[in-house]
Amino acid sequence: MGFVGFVEGPLFYIAAAIFALAAAWRVFGLIRMGRKPDISPPKGSATAGFIKGNLRHFLPRGMFARRTWIHIVGGYAFHLGLFVLFFFGAFHIDFIKQYLGISWTPLPRWGFILASEIAFAGLIVLWVRRFSDPVMRLISDRDDHIGTWLTFLVMLTGCLALQQSHEVLRGIHMLFVDIWLIYFPFSRLMHAFTFVLSRGHTGATYGRKGMNP
Amino acid sequence: MSSDNKAQIAVDKFLQFTDGEVASFFEACVHCGECAEACHFYMATKDPKYTPTYKLFPMVKAYKREKAPLHSIRKMFGLLPPAVTEDELREWETLVYDSCTMCGRCTMVCPMGIDIAGTIRKMREGYAAADIVPDGLKRSVDFVEKTGSPMGVTSKALLAQVKHQEKETGIKIEVDKQGADYMAILSSMEIMGYPEIIGAYAKIFQKAGVSWTISSKAYEATNVGVQIGSGPLAKEIVTRVVDAAEELGVKYVISPECGHAYGAIRWAGPNMVGRPFKFEVVHIIELLDQLRRDGKIPAGAKDGRKMTLHDPCQIIRRGGLLKEPRRLLDESCADFVEMENAGLGNLCCGGGGGVSANPRAAELQNAAFGCKADQLNAIDGLEAVVVPCANCRTVFEEGLEEREIYNLEVLGLGELVAETLKDIEQAEG
Ligand code: SF4
Ligand code: SF4
Repeated sequence: MGFVGFVEGPLFYIAAAIFALAAAWRVFGLIRMGRKPDISPPKGSATAGFIKGNLRHFLPRGMFARRTWIHIVGGYAFHLGLFVLFFFGAFHIDFIKQYLGISWTPLPRWGFILASEIAFAGLIVLWVRRFSDPVMRLISDRDDHIGTWLTFLVMLTGCLALQQSHEVLRGIHMLFVDIWLIYFPFSRLMHAFTFVLSRGHTGATYGRKGMNP
Repeated sequence: MSSDNKAQIAVDKFLQFTDGEVASFFEACVHCGECAEACHFYMATKDPKYTPTYKLFPMVKAYKREKAPLHSIRKMFGLLPPAVTEDELREWETLVYDSCTMCGRCTMVCPMGIDIAGTIRKMREGYAAADIVPDGLKRSVDFVEKTGSPMGVTSKALLAQVKHQEKETGIKIEVDKQGADYMAILSSMEIMGYPEIIGAYAKIFQKAGVSWTISSKAYEATNVGVQIGSGPLAKEIVTRVVDAAEELGVKYVISPECGHAYGAIRWAGPNMVGRPFKFEVVHIIELLDQLRRDGKIPAGAKDGRKMTLHDPCQIIRRGGLLKEPRRLLDESCADFVEMENAGLGNLCCGGGGGVSANPRAAELQNAAFGCKADQLNAIDGLEAVVVPCANCRTVFEEGLEEREIYNLEVLGLGELVAETLKDIEQAEG
């Protein structure tokens, strides 16, 4: 078995299994820790608050936007760009089809390139702020930097593989994807799942109080 | 307590208080630092150490080391953080007690919705258990243990103030009245600093025909247990009120114009005591708004001064009473203007969460009040500010004096409502 076969075959299966099991374990672990039932008489619904809290924090608030605009622009650019290129890139759809048998309409090539550029620009803004902004520098740790670099390398090698000119370029992309999948559940990249719980808990607390800031 | 012991005691408490909610906060924080932009301590100083999430670091470290899912796998790869030490806890002490008023503003900007305020409250449990707490708060605890009040207000002092207010208003105030509908509790600050609120209650409730009383056994609403982070003390203080209220057989306990006291008894109270109360807790602002809407305390001539409202964090943002004070003000004040970001986005006065009881934090508190003062200064021709929390009110008075601003009156909402009540003759005529 060649390099490409290995990273797309056994290594990918192992990485995907580690990703799925460890991520599920971590989320399940958080849910299992539980929370004491609140017996104060409620004024509103905790469940509605859980949902509202999740939706509300997707949107930045005007009053803070002037102070945090770089972050808002960088954050949205990166996350939306990544979402689009991951789910609507033609190669990704083919790849998903190969494993899950489902597919949908991909973005045209120019759309994919635009989404990638937006995602790159966002990621770079966030990363530069990580060491240039005194607040972010103070609170950032090794995990933040590794997560950023790995994501960057996955995206970069993905772009290099886009031409389909060399199989090995696709292999390098897949190698980074495999490493990223293995690293993901042990790192802060898990925020992609844990945000639901965190926003939801706060939303539920406020929801019981009949409000949701 | 030996040094290792202290660190271990604190860590054990941190872990005990890290439930699924707190753990999800620790797991979701992406270190984006946006929360700094919402915190008045960072805004006033621009010092990164006042970044809200940074204040939690020792507790996060303990969690990652000992409780986080998959921590044993991380351990195999040497990826666990080192153990929390007493030195580290001491280094963080000022961040945990002096620079967080538990105002909850950072949660609004946080993309993950992390409740830093609630987590600081839990983190203080570890600090209190290890006895790493500011002297100012320790003194308040001593007073509470001796007199039930953090300022040492005895029942004798309360009764003297009640007598004085009876004389001022000419209205009899019944203490320990069995079977009254409402039992009012007050903060020490109100009893000693703003006793006219007792007279205001007397006027308003007489007009509304509300039967009310004050207990000579449990009159204190301030919960220093919540501020210092001592669950057992917080429970003891709430229990005192619950016992007195249930003994008198009242239907409602009125939480006063004090921020954290409301959260302590209304939202945390039943959970501390471990059962629902046999009465309802109602905030004085809620009650006044209800009485007004029921037509029992119609408004008379409005106060003509240009006024604004300070939103005490624990009553408004964390308490949910957003519209009520505004409805009352609209009817009591002819020229009401809002501060920038009023309501849920209000800026804290800088002295909540036990900060004002901690003299060590005075300078920082005053710096943080600067953000509030800027908001006040931005309103041209402002003559008065309504501050429905006795603690915030003291912080305002001190902060304004510090800035030599003498032309701005600071007043409570209850007083304003009492002063602008429609006269009985007016109502009847
Ligand atoms: S709760 Fe308030 S004081 Fe505490 S860190 Fe957040 S914004 Fe600052
Ligand atoms: S804003 Fe929220 S996610 Fe960002 S650093 Fe602060 S607590 Fe963490």
